[in-house]
Amino acid sequence: MATKPKAAAKGKGRAKAAPKRAAKGKASLANDDIGEDTRLALWRSLLEIRHVEQRAYDLFLQNLIKGTSHLALGHEAVAAGFATAMQKDDWSFCTYRGHHHTLARGASMEGVLGELMGRQCGLLQGKGGSMHLTSVEHGAMGSYAIIGAHLPIAMGAAWTAQYKKTGQVSVCFFGDGTTNIGAFHEALNMAAVWKLPVVFVCENNLYMEYTPIKDVTAVHNPAGDRAASYGLPKIVIDGNDADEVYRTAQTAFAKARAGDGPSLIECLTYRHSGHSRADPGDYRPPGELEAWLKKDPVPRYRERLAEFGISKDVIDGMDAEVLAQVDEATEISKASSPPGLELIDVDVWADGGTAWRN
Amino acid sequence: MAELTYREAVAEAIAQEMRRDEDVVFLGEDIGAAGGVFKATVGLFKEFGPERVRDTPISEQAILGAAMGSAMTGLKPIAEIMFSDFLAVCWDIVANEIAKARYMTGGQMSMPLVIRTANGGGSRFGAQHSQSVENWAMMIPGLKVVAPSSPADVKGLLAAAIRDPDPVMFFEQKSLYPIKGFVPDGELVDELGTAKVLRDGGDVTIVALAAMVPRAMKAAEELSAQHGIEATVVDVRSLVPLDTQTILREISKTGRLVTVEENPRLCGWGAEIASIVADEIFWDLDGPIIRITTPHIPLPAADALEDATMPSAERIVREIVEKID
Ligand SMILES: Cc1ncc(C[n+]2csc(CCOP(=O)(O)OP(=O)(O)O)c2C)c(N)n1
Ligand SMILES: [Mg+2]
Repeated sequence: MATKPKAAAKGKGRAKAAPKRAAKGKASLANDDIGEDTRLALWRSLLEIRHVEQRAYDLFLQNLIKGTSHLALGHEAVAAGFATAMQKDDWSFCTYRGHHHTLARGASMEGVLGELMGRQCGLLQGKGGSMHLTSVEHGAMGSYAIIGAHLPIAMGAAWTAQYKKTGQVSVCFFGDGTTNIGAFHEALNMAAVWKLPVVFVCENNLYMEYTPIKDVTAVHNPAGDRAASYGLPKIVIDGNDADEVYRTAQTAFAKARAGDGPSLIECLTYRHSGHSRADPGDYRPPGELEAWLKKDPVPRYRERLAEFGISKDVIDGMDAEVLAQVDEATEISKASSPPGLELIDVDVWADGGTAWRN
Repeated sequence: MAELTYREAVAEAIAQEMRRDEDVVFLGEDIGAAGGVFKATVGLFKEFGPERVRDTPISEQAILGAAMGSAMTGLKPIAEIMFSDFLAVCWDIVANEIAKARYMTGGQMSMPLVIRTANGGGSRFGAQHSQSVENWAMMIPGLKVVAPSSPADVKGLLAAAIRDPDPVMFFEQKSLYPIKGFVPDGELVDELGTAKVLRDGGDVTIVALAAMVPRAMKAAEELSAQHGIEATVVDVRSLVPLDTQTILREISKTGRLVTVEENPRLCGWGAEIASIVADEIFWDLDGPIIRITTPHIPLPAADALEDATMPSAERIVREIVEKID
C-alpha cells in the first residue's frame, strides 16, 4: 500500500477527524492520498462483509444457523476502514457483533460461516459460536459478549506492545451502549495515564439493543463527549464512509505508534437489521432505516470508485468474485461435519486437557 | 535456610521470577512505590522499576483486563487484587474472560497469568475485607486455585504459579502475613496440584487449607497430649488441581475425615472433598464425615465475634473429641 500515515492530530478540543481529500472538485487517482490499491482493498473488504452477513441471514432462515447472531449489515465501512489501515501484526478486539471485524482481518469465510453453523471447519471448531469469533493468527484477538470487558483487555494488549516496544497497535471496537458501563471508564483512564498504543472505536448505531442510546445517556455523543474526561480530543466521524474511517484510523495509529497514547473515535453508523436474530427492529421510527439506507456504505463506495475513474468491470468483477467465494465457503461449511465429541475434553488447560484432579 | 515471614516470601518469589524472566510484570494498587498495603511487595519497585512494577488506579477491571490482554499477547503478568472481596467488582474478567478464553477459542489463546490476593479473616476487618472466597474461584472451570499456609509454600507455589502456563488464583491468607518459617535458600519452585502431609496419626485425618492449617496442627497436638487421639494433618495447598490421590490415601488410612474450612458453610471446598470421598472410598470410612466451617453468615468484625465464628484449634479439638471418641 503506497499510503503514508498523516501526522497525528495533536491537540486540544475538537479535532476534526479526517483530513479532506486532496482533490477538490473532480476526483482523480493522480493526486489521491489513498491510492487505487488501497481503494480496491477497501472495496473487497466491504463486499466480503456484506455478502457473508447476507448469507448468514439466509442461512438462519434455512435453520442452518442455531443460537443467536448479531449482524453487522450497515457497519461494513468501520471494519473495512480500520482493518485496511492496520498492519498485519496489530491486534483487534470486538464484540459479539464481530463477524465484520473478524473477516476484515483476514479470517476465512468458511471459518466464520462454519462457526456460525456449529461445524468442524469453524474458526473455533464450534466451541465458541457466533459471539466469540477469534483468529489469533490474523490478530483478531476475540469477540467478547459481556459488554465492556474487552476494553481493558485490549488496553492490556497495548501494554505488551509498549513494554516490548514492538510498534504494534491494539484496536478495540464496541457499541454506543458500551460507553455506559464502568469498564469503559476504567480502560480509557488507564490507557490515557499509561499512554498506551490503543485505539478505542465506538460504533454508534443509535441503539443499545432496543433502547435508543439518547434515552439512556447524559451526553449527545456517547463516546465523543466523554473523550475530554481522559484528556483526549473529541473525534466523531461518518462511519459509513470507508475513506473517512480509513484516514481517521491512519491518524490514530500514527499517534499510537509515535508513543502519544490512545485515541477514542466515534463512528456514526446504523445497523440495517435488528439487534440480533430474534429482533425485527420494530422500535425504530418510520423512515429512519430508509434514511440510513441512502447512506449505505457499500453502494456509496461503489459510486466513489466510479468517481475516481475505476472501471465498472473492475468494480463489478470484484463483487461477482467475492460472491462466488461466499458460495464456495457456504458449500464447504455445509459439507463440514459437526465437531467431534472428543473436543469436549480438550483445551481447558495449556497441556490440552481438562483435568482438575489427579 | 533463612527464616522469612509469609509476606517476605511473597516478594522473594516475585523477585526470583522477575530476575529470570523479563516477560514477568507486576501490577496493582499501591504495590510499587508503597510496597503494598500488606507490605508483601516491598523492594520490587526499587529493583525492577516502574515499567515492570506498575502502580494502577483503583480500577480492578482494568487491572485484570490488562493482565489478560498482556498475557494473551506474550507477557506473564502478576496482578494484585488488594483484598479478595474486591474480586466481586472484576469477577467478569476472572470468570467469563480469563477462565474461558482458551477453551472457547478452540485452544487459540494462552493465559499465563497470576492473580494474587489477600484472602480471609482474623484481622477484625469486617465482612467486606475478610471473606474466604477461594471457593468462588474453585467452581469456575479454567482457573487453578492455590492457597498456601507457610512462608516456604508461599515462595515455592507462587514461583510455580508464575511459571505455569494457565491462569492461577493465588490466595494469600492475610492473617498469616506476619508468621515466620524456614525457607530453603536459592531458587525454589514447588509443584502445583500437590497436597502435603504435615503430621501422621492413625485415628483421624484432618484436611485443612491456609490459615486453618496451623490451627489444625495445634489441635492435633492437643488431641494427642490431652485425649490420646492421633491425627494426620493434610495441607490441601491447591484446590485446583486437587491432589485427590494424597488426600484419599490419607483418609483411607485412618477411616475418619474432618475438613477444616475458613469459608462459610455452603459450597466450601470441604463439601467437594466429602463428595469425592463418598463416591470413591465410602467403604473405607469408619464414621461420618465432619465438616468444620465458619457458620453461614457474613463474618463479623469484633474480635470476640470473629474468634467465635472462625474455626479455632479449640473448636477442632472439641468437635473431634465429641464426634469421634
Ligand atoms: C454486561 C452486559 N449487560 C448486558 C448485556 C446484554 N446486551 C447484549 S448486547 C446489548 C446492547 C449493547 O449495545 P451497544 O454497545 O450499542 O452495541 P450494539 O449491539 O449496538 O452493537 C446488551 C444490553 C451484555 N451482553 N452484557
Ligand atoms: Mg449500539
